[in-house]
Amino acid sequence: MTERSYVEVKDLRRVFDVSKPWLNRVLEGGEKQYLKAVDGVSFAIEKGETFALVGESGSGKSTVARMVVGLLPPSGGTVSIDRVGMSGKADSAERQRLRRRIQMIFQDPYASLNPRWQVDRIVAEPIRAFHLIDSEKDIAARVGELLSLVGLHPADGTKYPHEFSGGQRQRIAIARALASNAEFIVCDEPTSALDVSVQAQILNLMRDLQDRLGLTYLFISHNLAVVRHMATRIGVMYLGRIVEISNGRELFAHPKHPYTRMLLDAVPDVGMTGRQRIPVKGEIPNPINPPSGCTFNPRCPFANDRCRTEIPALLGGVACHAIHEGRLSIDAAA
Amino acid sequence: MTEPVLSVRDLRVEFVTRRGILKAIDGISFDIGKGEVLGVVGESGAGKSVTGSAVIGLIDPPGRIAGGEIRLSGMRIDNLPPEEMRKVRGKRIGMIFQDPLTSLNPLFRISEQLVETIRTHTNLSASAARKRAIDLLTEVGIPAPERRIDSYPHEFSGGMRQRVVIALALCAEPELIIADEPTTALDVSVQAQIIALLKRLGREHGTAIMLVTHDMGVIAETADRVAVMYAGRIAEIGPVRDVVQNPLHPYAKGLMGAIPSLESDTDRLVQIPGSMPRLSAIPPGCAFNPRCPYVFDRCRVERPEPIQHSEHRVACHLYDQSHIRSEAVA
Repeated sequence: MTERSYVEVKDLRRVFDVSKPWLNRVLEGGEKQYLKAVDGVSFAIEKGETFALVGESGSGKSTVARMVVGLLPPSGGTVSIDRVGMSGKADSAERQRLRRRIQMIFQDPYASLNPRWQVDRIVAEPIRAFHLIDSEKDIAARVGELLSLVGLHPADGTKYPHEFSGGQRQRIAIARALASNAEFIVCDEPTSALDVSVQAQILNLMRDLQDRLGLTYLFISHNLAVVRHMATRIGVMYLGRIVEISNGRELFAHPKHPYTRMLLDAVPDVGMTGRQRIPVKGEIPNPINPPSGCTFNPRCPFANDRCRTEIPALLGGVACHAIHEGRLSIDAAA
Repeated sequence: MTEPVLSVRDLRVEFVTRRGILKAIDGISFDIGKGEVLGVVGESGAGKSVTGSAVIGLIDPPGRIAGGEIRLSGMRIDNLPPEEMRKVRGKRIGMIFQDPLTSLNPLFRISEQLVETIRTHTNLSASAARKRAIDLLTEVGIPAPERRIDSYPHEFSGGMRQRVVIALALCAEPELIIADEPTTALDVSVQAQIIALLKRLGREHGTAIMLVTHDMGVIAETADRVAVMYAGRIAEIGPVRDVVQNPLHPYAKGLMGAIPSLESDTDRLVQIPGSMPRLSAIPPGCAFNPRCPYVFDRCRVERPEPIQHSEHRVACHLYDQSHIRSEAVA
């Protein structure tokens, strides 16, 4: 392979042991139980791009995010960022240097900031942790600069997180993420705890920062409209697998996988174009005991015997037997 | 016009704190007719949920209803003694809250919770109440209700639990249902199912629904009329199509523009500068004036009263016909 993407995720897997305690298993004769939260996910992100993962709760999108930044060791597969592997012994020295360039923004700005720390200490933490700047005076100047960058006042540094609203806290979290000159930011539902008007402010800010600093985003969200607004490419996840991966515009104009079509149909229509919203049938199945074959088959109107037995591979950006066999035409839903 | 199911006139809710009296709701008026769905939108802190709590008489001290009237089918309910209000709540007004896990008791089977509620409000026998509970579960779309009725809340998924909560709210066939963020905790796919269910119930039973949410998409799809709240006041109220597509109040305009769309491409979302004022520091005049792009002198001193403007009622000086500024915006 010659040209490699900035972020490469290959065949990523994560299994959680959800068995009952050993004694209960012995007494009740239960088997060990495993939950495959992420099962063979692969994607690549180019530098300066925003790649989004969408899906319902329980589809494994946050687990992928955690493995990409290294908060959770994968059970299988590899993540490499800027040619440095995120697991294994080989690149450990390289990885130390890489860490600085990866940051994460979490969903809940009420939980992700230490309530006992002043904002300037929160924002300066990455600078101190990576020993980027030595003099305290320069650190203070850099923190002020970062706070202005995210639309806060440098004087806000002496306040505590509780003195800020949700949107402002998310700005602090963004300032902290940028403090170590990060290039790649993983955003796990960064706006889902915020009101729409505040969400608009944060999304605009994130795009401005991307333009100015050339950031690369991995953007996790369940909100399709937000994802459409932010992402250049989108992966749709269902029960730990990517079922469709496509360019942003393309996904919304010509959704292929039946699940993607269903999700798009389910979005409430603010434009009131008179489009009939088709309620989705059924719910996401229990991931401990997922359906055989294509995991979407119990909810899929196009399922046949092959779908119930054989797991479809991701070919041509979509993992669906009906599409691969030509049973389902790509523009049928449009 | 027939009498509205719910009629709220000049309602004021205050919270007495050590630092003074906070006005959470400051003089709002609206009606909901039979079978009508009124959507109430606004950012956190706008007073949406407090309005809902006031109607069902669940404002806890230090909060209090400081003025105005709430009438349910003509009967005044805001000054009922607690005992009387308990009979209204549940029987004549049903409630659906945001989190279906906390609104069900985890220690009781849903059959016990449903039967208890039904028997409190009707004089059915235990077996008749159980039969009615099964009918209700069927109605809200729970598969195999005869089997599922004896399950505990944790055995249901989020969407199914919310259906159980809706069934509970329907027990006594209330005239009015207050749904406070009923779909916020749910995934889009499940959300669509719950919305369709609420709409159907309103249509079939003629139940009036007050739908409190911050999700404009849900409102656009479900509501007949919508009230946009800001800092404890109604900024604009009108038919949903008009308000969503042609909002008049600058705040409503900002709010609609801030929503990312699935249909159109925009590079930047409209953003309203600043944030909602704290209750302790509501600006004088129009509460929105520090954030408003069209602000002029009058806005800073005089509080705008709701003005009828075609089908809408909007509280904004820009639409005061006696003022010159109105042409500038139109």
